[in-house]
Amino acid sequence: MPLNPEWKKVLVIGSGPIVIGQAAEFDYAGTQACKALREVGVEVVLVNSNPATIMTDAKTANITYIEPLLPEYLEEIISKERPDALLPTLGGQTGLNLAMELVRLGVLKRYDVDLIGCDAETIYKAEDREAFKETMLELDEPVAESVIVTTLEEGEEFAQKQGFPLIVRPAYTLGGTGGGIVKNAKNLAEILQRGLQSSPIGQCLVERSVAGWKEIEYEVMRDAADNCITICNMENIDPVGIHTGDSIVVAPSQTLTDVEYQMLRASSLKIIRALEVNGGCNVQFALNPTSREYVVIEVNPRVSRSSALASKATGYPIAKMAALLSVGFTLPELTNPVTGNTSACFEPALDYVVVKFPRWPFDKFPAADHRLGTQMKATGEVMAIERTLEGALLKAARSLEIGTVGLRIKASGGWTEMEIEDKLVRIDHERFFAIAEAFRRDWTILEVQMLTQIDPFYLYKIRDLVLLEQRLQSESLTTELLHFAKVQGFSDLAVAKLTGRSEEAVRTMRVAAQIVPVYKTVDTCAAEFTSATPYYYSSYEEEDEVSVSSGPKVVVLGSGPIRIGQGIEFDYCSVHALSALQEAGVESIMINNNPETVSTDFDTADKLYFEPLTLEDVLHVLNKEKADGVLVQFGGQTAINLAGPLNQAGVRILGTQVDAIDMAEDRERFAELLSRLGIPQSEGRSVTAVEQARGIAKELEFPVIVRPSYVIGGRAMQVVENLDELEDYLKRAINLSAEHPILVDRYLEGKEVEIDAVSDGETTVIAGIMEHIERAGVHSGDSLAVYPPQSLTPSEIDQIQEFTCRIAEGLGIKGLMNIQFVVVRGKVYVLEVNPRASRTVPILSKVTGIPLVSLAVQVSLGETLKNLGYEQGLAPEAPFVVVKAPVFSFEKLTKVETSLGPEMKSTGEVLGMDIQFGHALAKAFAASHIPLPSEGDILVSVAEKDRPEAIALAQQLAMLGFGVKGTGDTAKALALCGVKVEEVSESSEALREAIRQREFAFILSTPTKGKTPERTGYLLRRLAAEHGVPCFTSMDTAKAVVRALLEMRGQTKPQVLSLQEYMAL
Amino acid sequence: MKAALVLETGKILMGESFGATGEALGEVVFNTGMTGYQEVLTDPSYAGQMVCMTYPLIGNYGINSMDDQSEKVQVQGFIVKEATRNPSHWQMEKNFSRTLAQSGIVGIKGIDTRALTRIIREHGVLRGVITTEIEHLDEWADKLKGWIAPTDVVAKVSTPEIYTLPADQTGQALYHVVVIDFGIKRNILHAMQASGFRLTVVPYTTSMEQILDLEPDGVFLSNGPGDPKVVEVGIETIRGLIGKRPIFGICLGHQLLSLALGGDTYKMKFGHRGGNQPVQDLQSKRVTITSQNHGYAIAEESLEQTPLLVTHRNLNDQSVEGVKHCDLPVFSVQYHPEAGPGPSESLYLFEEFAQLMQERRAQHAT
Repeated sequence: MPLNPEWKKVLVIGSGPIVIGQAAEFDYAGTQACKALREVGVEVVLVNSNPATIMTDAKTANITYIEPLLPEYLEEIISKERPDALLPTLGGQTGLNLAMELVRLGVLKRYDVDLIGCDAETIYKAEDREAFKETMLELDEPVAESVIVTTLEEGEEFAQKQGFPLIVRPAYTLGGTGGGIVKNAKNLAEILQRGLQSSPIGQCLVERSVAGWKEIEYEVMRDAADNCITICNMENIDPVGIHTGDSIVVAPSQTLTDVEYQMLRASSLKIIRALEVNGGCNVQFALNPTSREYVVIEVNPRVSRSSALASKATGYPIAKMAALLSVGFTLPELTNPVTGNTSACFEPALDYVVVKFPRWPFDKFPAADHRLGTQMKATGEVMAIERTLEGALLKAARSLEIGTVGLRIKASGGWTEMEIEDKLVRIDHERFFAIAEAFRRDWTILEVQMLTQIDPFYLYKIRDLVLLEQRLQSESLTTELLHFAKVQGFSDLAVAKLTGRSEEAVRTMRVAAQIVPVYKTVDTCAAEFTSATPYYYSSYEEEDEVSVSSGPKVVVLGSGPIRIGQGIEFDYCSVHALSALQEAGVESIMINNNPETVSTDFDTADKLYFEPLTLEDVLHVLNKEKADGVLVQFGGQTAINLAGPLNQAGVRILGTQVDAIDMAEDRERFAELLSRLGIPQSEGRSVTAVEQARGIAKELEFPVIVRPSYVIGGRAMQVVENLDELEDYLKRAINLSAEHPILVDRYLEGKEVEIDAVSDGETTVIAGIMEHIERAGVHSGDSLAVYPPQSLTPSEIDQIQEFTCRIAEGLGIKGLMNIQFVVVRGKVYVLEVNPRASRTVPILSKVTGIPLVSLAVQVSLGETLKNLGYEQGLAPEAPFVVVKAPVFSFEKLTKVETSLGPEMKSTGEVLGMDIQFGHALAKAFAASHIPLPSEGDILVSVAEKDRPEAIALAQQLAMLGFGVKGTGDTAKALALCGVKVEEVSESSEALREAIRQREFAFILSTPTKGKTPERTGYLLRRLAAEHGVPCFTSMDTAKAVVRALLEMRGQTKPQVLSLQEYMAL
Repeated sequence: MKAALVLETGKILMGESFGATGEALGEVVFNTGMTGYQEVLTDPSYAGQMVCMTYPLIGNYGINSMDDQSEKVQVQGFIVKEATRNPSHWQMEKNFSRTLAQSGIVGIKGIDTRALTRIIREHGVLRGVITTEIEHLDEWADKLKGWIAPTDVVAKVSTPEIYTLPADQTGQALYHVVVIDFGIKRNILHAMQASGFRLTVVPYTTSMEQILDLEPDGVFLSNGPGDPKVVEVGIETIRGLIGKRPIFGICLGHQLLSLALGGDTYKMKFGHRGGNQPVQDLQSKRVTITSQNHGYAIAEESLEQTPLLVTHRNLNDQSVEGVKHCDLPVFSVQYHPEAGPGPSESLYLFEEFAQLMQERRAQHAT
């Protein structure tokens, strides 16, 4: 069956903002699908609220809507565009839930839209716990004994019959939000109640725990003619009990016999056939490690994080094929795009080992609960490919950028044995390294197996690596030993540390002995057929398969795993850099290690090297390719951090030079530059020792902002109120970063704005100014920001333009630059300059139509902006307004303080677009899943300094018809000023109950200054996060909310226009 | 201990010895299965061949007593990237390396098996030697070129005497099938027993008359090693059986059936060995992923003069994967519906065989 001619116009739903459990993998899937559908002549309408994606580029789909992923907006779009079909399987859980909602509301029927890929019944069978269980039982597929409950009592009744341990899984949630393993009755009450709250339908599955069993996943595909194939199976090194998104995963499975492999494969195919999925499906199993007993844990009838991983692990582009299958093609009709000469209807054979390692945000959230369980906590992941498991494990570990040296992290050596045991049993993010440390201390395989239930196959591999560490430490480093260490995956740095040499010395010895990696191809077929796909990984093997061209070529360094402060926006920039190179006739070469991304799709760059982003690994590729230069400005701090070392190693950095990068990041040099250029800056000092604190305190007034230099997303940045706090910070922070000083700046309370510009050193083009809604002190990544600016005076805009141009020229910027300013009483100060792509580049590129990345690449290649037709200065403002809003994942990160500050906490962002500011603002809130209610009670509980503003706000809200409630002193202050307020109890039980009962439409809670633990506020904010009650922690955000509420009651209606329509305005 | 793999092209790949020491000559082939090394090792169809596993970690789950496909290791030699030192599995009884040593089979590890696979892909299958005598390796190329592989491999793997196997459901045998053993895999026997067949397994030299004397409902032609054309006695027997009993053939049995009916076979460049070969049923258009292990295939153009129709085709290279007789209950497939190793979704073919036997019975009754 070829293309179904009834589906000429297809609506594709994206997955919205990046949150824990839903990351860049859906941009990869959606982008692939849009491309594939357009290639076969289908007109694609795309909706996604996430502006940092390739899929929302005006060129990806035919028609693009950056609108909230809510039924009312979808209905507007559907009534306007009248698509023939809706494809919901590429937008993650968000896409499926939204499709179900549209079915329920009768929207699809009303507009005669077919649901393709999988129908409503399939979604229901896979997603609804009871229906799922029934379906499995009908198929004679085993599931764990379980009960569906809507009350705690039902759960307790089941527990009495079944006994503990049990697992609680809430229905219809992302990444297992709100679930957990329950070991006793007290546990059950706590976790089940949270689960019931977090499920949108108030339903949980309580089931027999199979924790400790092998966790195995299959990615399967099916077409409408019922042909089914398996793309890949994967084995979690961490047994059942840890969410698969938080597990270290290996592909293919390592410890299954063929009989077991085929048993689970057959089960997967049976399930996808029964569900009649048209496309990709993920099936998760628990397999008893001592028998053939298994249970089906979960089925996802859509592309997923695992399918992105499987696509990168095998080369087989699941999302692309799924999109084609959804519109009627069958597998035997399609060609394997990797070989180009064999059938797409086959099963990939791997001849390498793939390891996926999660990246957790605990470096940013030291206070968060670090323990892992059924609720996913990782923000991103890395993947590594090697011909040995050891090599893949170590590549993955160093791709994490957490300072690993081989199997060690900084803390490992200092752990007590009790700490190690605790990490093994209670499982935190460092367990893998704790296992290695246990073996270093001669714990036996059996002990570690008993404590972790990890298969001894993996434990032996880890122990072998530890034994090799010990050989490196004790024996003299012969060529043979060095070669063996390289085959086993140790980096030069690790060998250096273990043998007491410098990394440079190891490299010299290694190169002299001609121990260099070769590159192998990922070809889906284990070399059985020829393949033209330029997708490579390194290995210490014999044969190198890569042929190097003689033409001009440039390497783009990617941004590695998604983490807080470094998200999908840098992948957006990398992808654009690659296409700009191609357009300039330059061969584009990508190095990256994030399997979720578009940049690691094998047909994005001319050549893809799936490698860690370390000096050594990058140099290997550069030596192999003899590239003309490297672009470091698009891969976030990961790439920028490599600029200096690469330059030192003799590599040509294209664009802004290392000296300029250093000048922008080095406090003293930067201050000197600004004063030379006559640009005001906030007063600041560099501190290298705790003793300097007192002196600083005298020179600068408190409050001050402190942070280490060279950081991502304001890590460990803090507003400090007094000398004690400053000393305390320095004591802790110097430990954190010995090589770099701590920066102390006077805190300027004003309006924060930022710009993104591109410069060739002479001409500087400012794409736009984004004005932050929260005052300075809230990290730019966590602020609401509006473009074009709504409240800047012409003089302020002039200063911003002028300073930007001066800085670009002064630094000799060649490429992108982002500057953060603070405007205080008409005067503009520079806060920081980032000589690289920023978080806002995708937004400003999209809304201004200025191809910032492309221009930056061309400038880096020697072009001038004048030649390209651009004039110095600020580009004309767009005739519409966009508001960027941050999105947090606080409900998944228990114990994290949710109030905003200079340290970034958001995981993603959305964009609200409209002709009017108020509507754009309201859309931004709606898209970030903060529904603005039109009625109800609000709770105000603010710090003393915020009370004057709170009073004004409360009055406005009361006028809008909201009831006002307040805690203790806040309520008293409000009442004193004539606000009709009801005081609520501050007891934690009362607050918990009130929030659980959803007594508040939203909450306004600001933290008291200073970092002394302040129980009521913290508790209030945590409860709000965990129960999904909107909670605003900055007065400015609250003011914006009121503004949006007022707008929503106004005369005008929000506009639903496509990006293409906006651009034509 | 060091070991070397030398190919007839003169290419020398150095590695380390595992399993038995010494030397072994054979045809070097590759298998792309990611699991199932134990089944590969013990599959009689590999007799005389040195198998290179493309998946780099082999031996992870050790060796158990359940998954053997015959009573011994059948491969001539085994070539891997890494032979797992510390396997782990609840069914494991032996380490994989020791199993090879006990069987006197030489293995070589530490080989860039992907590079070797690419060589075979380009040149076609090559004669080669694995040896732990690593002096004078350069002399091997000429020796290998002159070396002629033994052709009587079926004789070595076929059962020397007749034996019987009951159907799985005790006392409930639905059909009696005579299995001509050209080197049969145990999973085929298991699959037929599970289908309710009572089996009489006979040596490949058994005559048509002897077979008919056993009064079977149907005759099964097994898989086996080597070039089908040298198995003349088998071809003769099959020719006599056609039209007398329903016949089902797998792999070598499939090739022999075509030869018996006047078709021709050819040696493929490097064959199909693995568990991911897509096969399309030409009538239903349905594709199944199949387990395969063959170096010879039926020449499609040769079938024009025969009563055979092509029923299945390989989606990658369009080669013939299944045939049936235009009006007699006779059919065969090139792939392995019994799995072990590989996907099990073609087991229905045994039911189709049962169907043919059922029809014959019904005819005889009337």
